[in-house]
Amino acid sequence: MFKKILIANRGEIAVRVLRACHEMGIAAVVVYSDVDRAALHVRKADEAYPIGAAAASESYLNIPKILDVAKRAGVDAIHPGYGFLSENSKFAQACADAGVKFIGPTAAAMEAMGSKTHARQAMEKAGVPFVPGTSRGVESFAEAEKIAAQLGYPVMLKAAAGGGGKGMRLVHTLDQLKPSLEAARSEAERSFSDSEVYIEKAIVNPRHIEVQVLADEHGNRVYLGERECSLQRRHQKVLEEAPSPIVDAGMRRRMGEVAVRVAQTANYTNAGTVEFLVDQEKKFYFLEMNTRLQVEHPVTELISGLDLVHLQISIAAGEKLPFKQDDVNIRGHAIECRIYAEDPDNNYFPSPGKIALLQEPSGPGIRIDSGMYEGWTVPIDYDPLLAKLIGYGADRELAIARLTRALNEYFVGGIKTNISLFRRILQDEDFRAAKLDTGFLDRMLQRPDDKPTDSKAEKVAAIAAGMFAALGSTAAAASERATGSGSGTTGNAESNWKPASRREALH
Amino acid sequence: MTGHYHWPLTTGFFMLYDVTINGKNYRLELNRADGHWSCRLDGRDVEVDAVLARPDVLSLRVGNMAYEVKSERVAYDLHLWVGSTRFAVEVRDPRSLRGRARAGDAQGPKKITAPMPGKVVRLLVRDGDEVEAGAGVAVVEAMKMQNEIKSPKKGTVLKILVSEGAAVNAGDVLAVVE
Repeated sequence: MFKKILIANRGEIAVRVLRACHEMGIAAVVVYSDVDRAALHVRKADEAYPIGAAAASESYLNIPKILDVAKRAGVDAIHPGYGFLSENSKFAQACADAGVKFIGPTAAAMEAMGSKTHARQAMEKAGVPFVPGTSRGVESFAEAEKIAAQLGYPVMLKAAAGGGGKGMRLVHTLDQLKPSLEAARSEAERSFSDSEVYIEKAIVNPRHIEVQVLADEHGNRVYLGERECSLQRRHQKVLEEAPSPIVDAGMRRRMGEVAVRVAQTANYTNAGTVEFLVDQEKKFYFLEMNTRLQVEHPVTELISGLDLVHLQISIAAGEKLPFKQDDVNIRGHAIECRIYAEDPDNNYFPSPGKIALLQEPSGPGIRIDSGMYEGWTVPIDYDPLLAKLIGYGADRELAIARLTRALNEYFVGGIKTNISLFRRILQDEDFRAAKLDTGFLDRMLQRPDDKPTDSKAEKVAAIAAGMFAALGSTAAAASERATGSGSGTTGNAESNWKPASRREALH
Repeated sequence: MTGHYHWPLTTGFFMLYDVTINGKNYRLELNRADGHWSCRLDGRDVEVDAVLARPDVLSLRVGNMAYEVKSERVAYDLHLWVGSTRFAVEVRDPRSLRGRARAGDAQGPKKITAPMPGKVVRLLVRDGDEVEAGAGVAVVEAMKMQNEIKSPKKGTVLKILVSEGAAVNAGDVLAVVE
């Protein structure tokens, strides 16, 4: 087993991997950029190495710097987390070349799945159902026109090298096709330096359901159930749950077996996720494979009772999977909310700044994976994911009840977060009825969020405002008396105004 | 609780506040004597009791209803959270010279600051323009997104302190509105 692992990441996932290391008796080495010196992952690490300026290209994406730290610290393995270098086949190869074990798939497996068109070609060969469309980029508008006519509108134009919703265009009619194709190509070129675009049939109101797979280096592969990730805003997941409310045991087995076949085709090892689109008739189609541990892995951990990061580490250390497919049982329901430093009243604009107050929920069925702490200043330079709040219960209703309760306890003061968005989602009738599809959140956000004015709460706020001032000034006056400092005041009313008026000058 | 106490104006511990929330003004009188609080809100007696769990967290009882109220300072604003509802609150001591309200305006000149580092890509007003509360004053670009910075109150743009194209840090004053 490894003695020391370098975590090439930051934020909540670095803390989560660090915890797995400590649970397994492995020393955790971290890296940090200039703005992350006070970050939680640095505070909790065994060894910490500075790696340069805030910009990711100078630090967390800098392969030579990271491998240099790996060498100096004498680590056995590197865990890449998610994002950053986790799906970078050059990095995986560089680790192999440096004799440091990369905790994840091989560079070859990553590359097999990294190009969407190559992945589709492989799926075609393997007889895996995938969304009807081209498995090669379209060469000309004439070709695109012909294919779109065959598939039938609406069609989706997608970048072969794409991700994060970039280079994607939904086309409803023929006259939109040419401008959309040009726009998709140029966006793909700008974002990925690759203008290859392919066409898929656009599925109406699809659900995004993905399957967790795990493969050791001895040929054993299993699926660990699915996750429903249909709640997305601009193609970014916001809330995920496991199991999917529409997947029964039979469908789970069928999707899982297809996912394992996909992993097999790519010679995949370690943890990965196969994404499917599911139409309104519950037909599922391969979308793509993510060759890394995903943000939303906790919901799978909670319903399966397994620790995916422990398993990643064990697999990378050459161990066999300690269980077989028949041993995998899922039980209960888990829902995860991604807590971002974003302003919901200002188009979810990132909201960095100092966290003045942090009250975290706890209690039955609540798990929090967090990279923040009270007093920390959220840096502007990275993805603003602060924490994941997960609610778990014996069934979906209880998971929702626990999560709702936890959201009411959760308070982050000093910065804006999207916590209020989740309160709204969990109260939504369609959400509670599990009527989900990838358009759900955009539709909900277009509806006005009419909150009736709560005049009683307003009166409470008025009283509280006075109380804060009054109690604050008593505290100030009391401490002045105690230390014998200040204006040598006694307890008379006049002197109590000084701290109060000082404070008001700040209003 | 009503009618059982006096409202001493000079002895004990007496506070008077004008609180403005959502454009509505509340007059709050607080008195502490014999270990109890007495409270009058807009002339009506309210039974209250409160302790600070920490300087920014208040455990408040109104009668026997319990509330945890959190206070948050965002730039020059005071926000109070009652449960998950946020209120922007202004508190003034009507008896202090500094806090005396001016006609039609609670606070005097208000600095509008950049919420984060970025670049001023567009100015939406000029010196002397009249603005409504919530009107856009400048557009700051950061992290590839454009953010419209709004005036927190109705008033006149006293002075714009940046030019288009200027780089700003968080907290830099963009303009002053009176």
